[in-house]
Amino acid sequence: MHVHQPYRVREYSVFDTSIDHNYFTEPDTDNHRSNEKILNKVADKSYRPMNALLEKLLNKHPDFKVSLSITGTFIEQAEQWAPDVLESFKRLVATGQVEIVAETYYHSLAFFYSRTEFERQVEMHKDKIRELFGVETNVFRNTELAYNDQLAQWADGYGFKGILAEGWDPILDWRSPNFVYKPEGTENIALLLKNYRLSDDLAFRFSNQGWAEWPLTVDKYTQWMEASVQDQPLVNLFMDYETFGEHQWQDTGIFDFFEEFVNKWLEDENNTFYTTSEAIAANEPAGVISMPDTVTWADAERDLTAWVGNSMQHEAMKHIYSLEDDVIRTQDNDLIADWRKLQTSDHAYYMCTKWFTDGDVHAYFSPYDSPYDAFLYYINAVRDVRWRLHETHRTGGLSG
Amino acid sequence: MKILMLGWELPPHNSGGLGVACYYLSKALALNGADIDFVVPYEAKHDNVDFMKIHAATKLSPLHKFGMGAYDSNFLLEEAGRDDLGELTTIRDVQKRYVDFVEELVEGKQFDAIHAHDWLTMEAGMLAKELTNAPLIVHVHATEFDRAGGNQGNPIVHEIEYQGLMMADRILAVSAITKDIIVEKYGIPADKVEVVHNAIDPESLNDGYEYDNRTYRYLEGLKDEGYTIISAITRFTIQKGLANLVRAVAKASEKYDRFALLLAGDGEQRDELIRLAADLGISDKIFFTGFVRGKQWRDAYSVSDVFVLSSISEPFGLTALEAAHHDNALIVTNQSGVGEVLQSIFRYDFWDTDRLADQLVGIATSPALKDSLRKNILNEYARLSWHDVAKKCMSQYTKAASPAALVGAFA
Repeated sequence: MHVHQPYRVREYSVFDTSIDHNYFTEPDTDNHRSNEKILNKVADKSYRPMNALLEKLLNKHPDFKVSLSITGTFIEQAEQWAPDVLESFKRLVATGQVEIVAETYYHSLAFFYSRTEFERQVEMHKDKIRELFGVETNVFRNTELAYNDQLAQWADGYGFKGILAEGWDPILDWRSPNFVYKPEGTENIALLLKNYRLSDDLAFRFSNQGWAEWPLTVDKYTQWMEASVQDQPLVNLFMDYETFGEHQWQDTGIFDFFEEFVNKWLEDENNTFYTTSEAIAANEPAGVISMPDTVTWADAERDLTAWVGNSMQHEAMKHIYSLEDDVIRTQDNDLIADWRKLQTSDHAYYMCTKWFTDGDVHAYFSPYDSPYDAFLYYINAVRDVRWRLHETHRTGGLSG
Repeated sequence: MKILMLGWELPPHNSGGLGVACYYLSKALALNGADIDFVVPYEAKHDNVDFMKIHAATKLSPLHKFGMGAYDSNFLLEEAGRDDLGELTTIRDVQKRYVDFVEELVEGKQFDAIHAHDWLTMEAGMLAKELTNAPLIVHVHATEFDRAGGNQGNPIVHEIEYQGLMMADRILAVSAITKDIIVEKYGIPADKVEVVHNAIDPESLNDGYEYDNRTYRYLEGLKDEGYTIISAITRFTIQKGLANLVRAVAKASEKYDRFALLLAGDGEQRDELIRLAADLGISDKIFFTGFVRGKQWRDAYSVSDVFVLSSISEPFGLTALEAAHHDNALIVTNQSGVGEVLQSIFRYDFWDTDRLADQLVGIATSPALKDSLRKNILNEYARLSWHDVAKKCMSQYTKAASPAALVGAFA
């Protein structure tokens, strides 16, 4: 389960650039874009009730296991505005039944722009998880599950034992996502593939009354799970943590569903739960899988076009990553942190215009009036980073 | 001389140049002895007006807030969707109320001339003429052909314009370009149309304003690095030709990379312009301010080096004169009326992005060229005075009132 909150850019105008260096805090905390307000809202609707439920289930069933992907930007926000939520995550990890997976601290797509910056963010995340939870991360998942062979090879070389990716049919062909695989061109690392059908039944379809299978009962879902793992070792469910309580509200019955499902699944002694590391340890790779082109978990295309599909997104990424050397050289921690917060993939996602053609407005939640507004506030903030470099550190010019 | 002036907006409740022109024209007329009753379609305070009597035709607050400003004929039949408008939900509704109001206002009164501005008030003008027998002077600041920017335009607006122009005793056009449209598109005899260019009141801009270089600090930083700041301060509509300006800046940037473009304003074309800039890979060179007023508006002119009036069809283009006042070099399309009264400017056809790019690079790379353009236009623009415009109007009032008598004398 993936726990993440970005630092959304406030309504940051041309008139703020080079004058006010606060990009992320709306002056009005009641603004619908306020990061504090959103974190508190999601904490009430999702993090607190779901963590309570997970804690209950973990204590009740020693065989119940969960793996969490928790971003650095979420942790920082929780430290600031909802420390009790962070404490409850610590209690979950302390049960020994919860694994934390590795990723970029800033939920960025840095792998595709700068390998050095990418590695720094992976390091930062490892350090933060160690400091906060006292555990090591051994399995890697990239932002948006954006995966290709090169990433797997990098993770293998880095020393990760496993890596996660989308189990996308055009890649798998006749193969099932319910096995452990070996990525192309790697030595020791194992590949776990998300079973997107069974994952998305919960994440996207659970409360959709237009869905032929609605309402989804525990019995029905358990049957699907049983059918899926028949003669196969495992099912990898991966979804946003916020599925529980935020994407699917409490009144849809998602919490009760989850609790009953875990109970029911473990009633059968042939069933169990694995953390990602356990799944890898328990299964030899069934074969080699190659994904030369990047595959993500998004949209019908399963590519990066929701983040870098239009020219605004390309421009935004080009300009933020072009500042890397100058920003790092300053050793100015505030500046570096601001620059990194602007790398969070959500910013680019808000500039997505795909839904204009898809007509699928609801699939692209954004706190902005339009992708164009998102772009303008972002580019104004990028310019201000450049201004600070220029003004305070005399590195680089204002020219982009 | 008693004048019934039919307008749609006055500063500070204006959405653009029409209100500004009406204000300074009326002020200059009053100084020339005119006694003016000025009708607006909304109710608001005009603290800056003591030289004429303002009449509010409705209880509405200023209309541009509802998208019913002087330039929004595309909202003609669409409902503005605001409860506080009562039953007046379209521009047509407001116009009808305006006509009713004028009908009551003129009852039992005598005027020497009725002066109606643009299609918005032409119906009221025609009715007032009928009721009072005073001559009707129709003042054309823009036609529907201009607003439509090469498209068809609204047939109802065309029809009202046609009737108003036919019924008018005299027509004032703000430029020769506008006169040509009136003559060619509406079939009005050329000798019925007088070109009366707008002017600028430099005094009005010398109101203690001082440039604050912190407003656009980033642009000032770019200037320190040798950048040339190009600006357009306008509504983002098709009529303004901004897409071609963006393309020209992209082309110019290929030859010389130190350009930034300040686009101050807002409008329906904004998103398209953002997308275009990104497609051309020059997003970082373009600064969108949103709608600016007051200091931010003045400072936008001040930070700029080169002001481009890129309109596809611009009856006049007062902003060019404002830019000249703020020490900008000017580049103006051949399709803009203001070019008719200025010499020290660059000109191009609105579609000719190559030529505009050349001119931009030329100005940016030659300080001598830039400085002489700026200095010369600064000497030139202030010669256009509202006092002269008012005198021309007065003579047109007289002319409009007299042809019948002339015919009688010489028959």
